[in-house]
Amino acid sequence: MVPEGHKYTKEHEWLRVEGEEAVVGITDYAQSELGDITFVELPEKGREVNRSESIATVESVKAASDVYSPVSGKVIEINGALADTPELINRSPYEEGWICRLSVAGAIEMENLMDAEAYENYLKELK
Amino acid sequence: MSYVPNTPRDIQVMLDAIGVKSGGIEELFKSISQELRAKSFDLPAGRSEFEVERYLRGLGKKNVTDLIYFLGGGFYDHYIPAAVDAIVSRSEFYTAYTPYQPEASQGTLQAIYEYQSCICRLTGMEVSNASLYDGGTALYEAVMMAIRITGRNKIIMDGAVSPIYRKMIRSYTGNLSVEFVETPLFHGSRMSYRDEIDRYLDDRTAAVILQNPNFFGTIDDHSDIAEKCREKGILVIESVYPIALGVLKSPREMGADIVTGEGQSLGIPLSFGGPYLGFMATKKEFVRKMPGRVVGATTDKKDRRGFVLTLQTREQHIRRSKATSNICTNEALCALRALVYMCLLGKEGIKKVARLCMDKAEYAKKILGEIKGVEVKKWPTFNEFIIKLPKDTSEVIGKLISKGIAAGFPLSRYYKGMDNYLLVAVTEKRTKVEITAFANALEDILWS
Amino acid sequence: MELIFEKSRPGRKGLTLPEKDVPAEAKLDPKYARKEDAELPCVSELDVVRHFTNLSNMNFGVDSNFYPLGSCTMKYNPKFTERIAAMEEFAALHPLQPQLIMGGMLTQGALEILYELENMLCEISGMDEFTCHPMAGAHGELTGVMLIAAYHKSKGKRRKYILIPDSGHGTNPASAAIAGYEVRSIRTDEAGVMDIGEIKKALNEDVAGVMLTCPNTLGIFNPRIKEIADLTHKAGGLMYYDGANLNAIMGKTRPGDLGFDIVHLNLHKTFATPHGGGGPGSGPVGVRQELVPFLPISRVVKRKDGTFALDYDRPLSIGYISPFYGNFAVMLKAYAYMLLLGRKGLTEVSENAVLNANYLKSRLKDHYDIPYSENCMHEFVISASRQAENGVHAIDIAKALIDRRIHPPTVYFPLNVKEAIMIEPTETESMETLDRFADIMIELAELAEKDPDAFKELPKTTAVGRLDEVKAAKDMNLCAL
Repeated sequence: MVPEGHKYTKEHEWLRVEGEEAVVGITDYAQSELGDITFVELPEKGREVNRSESIATVESVKAASDVYSPVSGKVIEINGALADTPELINRSPYEEGWICRLSVAGAIEMENLMDAEAYENYLKELK
Repeated sequence: MSYVPNTPRDIQVMLDAIGVKSGGIEELFKSISQELRAKSFDLPAGRSEFEVERYLRGLGKKNVTDLIYFLGGGFYDHYIPAAVDAIVSRSEFYTAYTPYQPEASQGTLQAIYEYQSCICRLTGMEVSNASLYDGGTALYEAVMMAIRITGRNKIIMDGAVSPIYRKMIRSYTGNLSVEFVETPLFHGSRMSYRDEIDRYLDDRTAAVILQNPNFFGTIDDHSDIAEKCREKGILVIESVYPIALGVLKSPREMGADIVTGEGQSLGIPLSFGGPYLGFMATKKEFVRKMPGRVVGATTDKKDRRGFVLTLQTREQHIRRSKATSNICTNEALCALRALVYMCLLGKEGIKKVARLCMDKAEYAKKILGEIKGVEVKKWPTFNEFIIKLPKDTSEVIGKLISKGIAAGFPLSRYYKGMDNYLLVAVTEKRTKVEITAFANALEDILWS
Repeated sequence: MELIFEKSRPGRKGLTLPEKDVPAEAKLDPKYARKEDAELPCVSELDVVRHFTNLSNMNFGVDSNFYPLGSCTMKYNPKFTERIAAMEEFAALHPLQPQLIMGGMLTQGALEILYELENMLCEISGMDEFTCHPMAGAHGELTGVMLIAAYHKSKGKRRKYILIPDSGHGTNPASAAIAGYEVRSIRTDEAGVMDIGEIKKALNEDVAGVMLTCPNTLGIFNPRIKEIADLTHKAGGLMYYDGANLNAIMGKTRPGDLGFDIVHLNLHKTFATPHGGGGPGSGPVGVRQELVPFLPISRVVKRKDGTFALDYDRPLSIGYISPFYGNFAVMLKAYAYMLLLGRKGLTEVSENAVLNANYLKSRLKDHYDIPYSENCMHEFVISASRQAENGVHAIDIAKALIDRRIHPPTVYFPLNVKEAIMIEPTETESMETLDRFADIMIELAELAEKDPDAFKELPKTTAVGRLDEVKAAKDMNLCAL
């Protein structure tokens, strides 16, 4: 069961809203599809992103996937630990495997974000 | 001639197994309706090996190949050791496919790893790919790589870079929003506008393309240019001649970011245009932006060392439209030739062959310069140099050819206003007798 | 096995060079000279020969093993063609020679070969003119897409999209993207061909072209191909043929007759030039008359007196995509092959390629899932999904085949089939070889049911077992320094 407090996208990103900031990562489904992650290309701190823009790339032996930002905002923190230990995303996709933190610009557009139950149902459909 | 083993009996047995009741093999083509059938297939009848060989030998005789080559222009008549041919003739190497199943391809994979290593050692760079089609496409790929890395799209090309490569790069990028600025040729200083090149560098520039030796054979030290580029976040792309690297300052020593070049001089026959070998090497920090296949070392469960294609997620078969390039093939067999050549020559041999080229070119410069009316440019060169004749080269080249000498490349083919200039290349294969004969023949033609 | 560098010993050398015979010494200014030597290995010739001979023994090649790689056409490479390419009259020819004196008179033999080869390719594929400049299949695709762009530019409208089936080879979308187009993927329908309804919806005046292969990567010939061509042309787009699967149709149909405007062929597939472990190849491109002005520079022309020359005066050309005339030595091998086989021989190639594939399919159909059960052409795709339910995936079957000295077929391609295994036996394999392969595949299917764990440690007869690809990507040890 995916963590309750998060929001999810169809591209398997998760978003954890904390006041005016939000943390972004990829879901357990995404990491298991990718396989052992070998490299993460992180955004630069200070970068402005629009919703649905590619904010990071996650590479495994069989695929390189773009991570699309679920919200618009500015990158204020990146998870440097992923440089040496990209497998944190496989081991702990929702906690230690977080990718970056954004300061969110204005209200979050909720239409394309699913809550935990909706995302679970979406995953069932995919099978 | 046929390589199909199926006998009429085999065919019948197979058709029965498939369940074709009548109509023979044609039944298997029934999804191709009559109206879609070939409107013609008018090819000559097949022949025996003997007949085809006789025909092709006849065509071969219509080529003139016994000329003494002083012809270069980026492609050189170097000696190819017998062991190179022997090794690449092993069918386990040449009838193998791309090494996607590593356990069945360790021969190819280790060879590519060793090739990558030799290219790094020769150029001084940190990583190399498994090769690209030729020096021109390698240079184009370097341009695209620089654009990816910097996010800028302006490229400064030294006008003294090979005209063949400059034309290729422009053709490939024709549809893309890449801005090219070519510096003019400057006869004052080895043809390159290099002393004024910083006029062109700005914050929209992704990279500067330089060539050493340049197309006119002159050598340089680009460290000062690299320094200026570094200050502005501009990448330096150097296109180089591998044999020359036996003695010349390496691109790493000059501060290059991406190195490319043509590997034909490393044991690959001239073969009228190909196949050739494009090599590319760069700094470790840029490896993910580098196109082409790459082989990496790893281990198996029993801790035995093995090699695999790696970083494949950049490539077309996985990333598809987001790939770093569409390149699928490298030039594996040509890379193997180059590797074997570099191993046979070794650390000392590569220096010695470069030295021989330089010294013989020096001798050629000397005796050609002694001919009345012939001007040999005094610029520092490796094994290729320009001479200026007192008349149009087209009047002279044909006559030299009838004396069995391919005297050099007439620069008027690529450059306006250079009708009297000849680009002369001298390799280790040119003997004192041949060089002297060239000078004597030229003098004869000019003055008798 | 040791690296060649590990065998290096100071003072050893392979090749002895001649001594300097000129009374001159070039002075190399230290500022242009190398400070540190290039550390190339110091080894004897025997060291080198033994090293590479032993390396070669770790390879599978067509000459030693059955190699049914789908989409690659691993047919036998005739030794005769190697002899031809090595002929001094061709191998020693400098590419700048035609430009020395007017008219290319020094290279008439080579120019005639280029001319005749192009003509033969035209006849085989039903196109009007060919260029042999592209140095590989993917290079041919890029050239083809550049031609599409030039065509539309000349019509005044750039157009944005290229349509490609989801079963297409990865080079297709990559080439399109590199040339500046956006790719729209068209799904494959239940019959295994491009969904015609989707094509109709997707075609509009923004579509520059459709890139596909026929038969497709599933080995299925689309009977409505002409209709697709007509629809595309009506929308003002061009039809591009990826010639990877030409081995299925020679003498039966031709892309030109099916309505294609641009074609690329793979000489290293259909025309038996060796794959070389990953190149060199050659990817000539053929076009319809209307596109001829855009072909790359230069072109071989035949003069009224019967001699051959190179034409550089082509103002509408896409420019230079190759330093010279293409991979001549590769083209020469293909030309020799075509001369050997001739009309009947090339037709027999396709007939037997298709026969062999269908035979193999009939032997495997009860043991593996076959997503498209109609008769295939020269290749077919099976799925290991039944076996995957037991934990034996396509990759495991592949590794097991290696222990049986058979190079595995292509796995996990095309993308629209789960646990795909793509098999292309080619026409040069005998029925005995096909039967042996089928017997082994059936054995493996049975083993997958009885003892799935047996696959985990395979292959075990090769010099190395399954290699850690994750470690390779993370360590990034790409050269020995």
